[in-house]
Amino acid sequence: MQKQVERLKRQDSVFWVVGLGSLLFALVTLLSLIIDMAMTGWPRISPAFFTSFASRFPEKAGIFSAWVGSLTVVFVTAALAIPLGVATGIYLEEYARKNWLTKIIEINILNLAGIPSITYGLMALGIFVYHFQLGQSIITAGLTLGLLILPIIIVTTREAIRTIPSHIREASYALGSTKWQTVWNHILPYSSGGILTGVVIALSRAIGETAPLLTVGALTFIAFLPTPPVMAEPPFVSFQWLMDPYTVMPIQMFNWVSRPQEEFHINAAAAGLVLLTMTLLLNATAIYIRYRFRRKYKW
Amino acid sequence: MKEGFSDPKSFKRRAREVKELLIKSILFCCAASSVLITFGVVWTLLKEALPFFQEVSFGQFLFDTEWTPLFEDPKYGIMTLVSGTLLTTFIALTVAIPLGTITAVFLSEYCSANVREILKPVLELLAAVPTVVYGYFALLFVTPLLQKIIPDLASFNALSAGLVMGVMIIPYVSSLTEDAMRAVPVYLREGSLALGASNFQTSFKVIVPSAFSGIASAYVLGISRALGETMVVAIAAGLQPRLSFNPLESTETLTAYIVQVSMGDLPQGSIGYKTIYVAGSVLLLFTLVFNLIGQRIRSRVEKKAK
Repeated sequence: MQKQVERLKRQDSVFWVVGLGSLLFALVTLLSLIIDMAMTGWPRISPAFFTSFASRFPEKAGIFSAWVGSLTVVFVTAALAIPLGVATGIYLEEYARKNWLTKIIEINILNLAGIPSITYGLMALGIFVYHFQLGQSIITAGLTLGLLILPIIIVTTREAIRTIPSHIREASYALGSTKWQTVWNHILPYSSGGILTGVVIALSRAIGETAPLLTVGALTFIAFLPTPPVMAEPPFVSFQWLMDPYTVMPIQMFNWVSRPQEEFHINAAAAGLVLLTMTLLLNATAIYIRYRFRRKYKW
Repeated sequence: MKEGFSDPKSFKRRAREVKELLIKSILFCCAASSVLITFGVVWTLLKEALPFFQEVSFGQFLFDTEWTPLFEDPKYGIMTLVSGTLLTTFIALTVAIPLGTITAVFLSEYCSANVREILKPVLELLAAVPTVVYGYFALLFVTPLLQKIIPDLASFNALSAGLVMGVMIIPYVSSLTEDAMRAVPVYLREGSLALGASNFQTSFKVIVPSAFSGIASAYVLGISRALGETMVVAIAAGLQPRLSFNPLESTETLTAYIVQVSMGDLPQGSIGYKTIYVAGSVLLLFTLVFNLIGQRIRSRVEKKAK
């Protein structure tokens, strides 16, 4: 008896060590990835690296068109995915009746979240590039990534709305508000923290996504910026940039990684460092938002 | 109050009702459009892939042992790409499932709430790293490291791509597993501990079996991530289709093939164009099958639990 208790206690402490070990293994891998990339890439990081275009000479090459491209593509992505995703989330949580149609939509969203990202790229190649003749443009890339992150935004919006207790809704109805007034004045403001967290995480995913953009043909040598959206003469605003070719950070990095020369690998590490900083900063922002809103509302 | 309730027939009230209805319809259209996306994916894949089978017979497709569609003498044995995909997925899962499960048990049953609050978001950062960065890491850090241990490891190989992919998937597995374990009612845990079971016995004989359906869906998510992962294998596993399960050699997965072909010029209707849709369809089929198995397991366990 005594022996068995001792054996079980030993087993427990052994597992404690094993558990901590496996957790640390994952964290050490992450850390060595960051350190390795920083050590290799840091020497190449300079103001010129951010303001030069891609080049055949590794020491002259930079990420100007890549980071501008990433920003413009993510802008289009956000403009598509945020309204569509939040609206879908609101509909499913607040409006939808429990019937077969709702069930189909729900199952469908679960499945969308599970299909590989590269299949979105194949769909975009068939539909946006060839069917709608949008070509290899910023708008194609933005729409593709927008559809890709849509399920993430829908799911987090629904989760955020679900945490609001029903007495808030009932109080609002009792004062005579309509459904939309309740949603607009109460549900959306109270769930905005959760929704924002989801949006930021989804956008960070979009910034780092490479595969679907490769299939729509983004791997090209781009040594210029898109057309500026504002002009000196009327009508002052131009949407020509939407149709311009582009490159983005992860594709620029992929391009450099897949070259055999060692010099370009240093560029890849530097681009990876910038990309990693961007996504980790966005994720830190998301954690911060979640933390702040959790303190703000207590039901 | 002079006015009292507004007249149901008043213009203002009618206008409000119309507005409510309009908003509801707009929201419904947004929700319904997500079904269109699935439809779009399946439709494009099938539409572009089906003409392929007018040129190539199913027998060739399934039983050829080479995949060289862009050569003079084309061969279309899809199993070469499938074997590459299964190999890298298998390696990734041998890392992700044990480590993910152990991590989840540790976070849920062994460590204090404060420690968990800090460690969990940090662990989830692993899922936030762009996959192209993992590809770089596998090719230029893990492979040279492994070559010191295994000298005849090729510089593009399935092993390091699979291992890195496995670490990448850990947070997907551990997060869902932990959620499932924490959803197990406290009285089961307390009952087991009150009977004198150790923490380890409680975790693996009570909590894990009761959370099984949630854990199964975590594994299924991990599998579909590994099947569909593209950049790590495209960068680090090489681009050589090979019907073998040797992890030390280079290989090519379905996803890596799609990337390889997409990097060249790809006119609509060309054989290269058709084959990437064929590869995409096979990939989608695999993911769907695994998702269905996951759903089946979940519903069977849930029925049993009732």
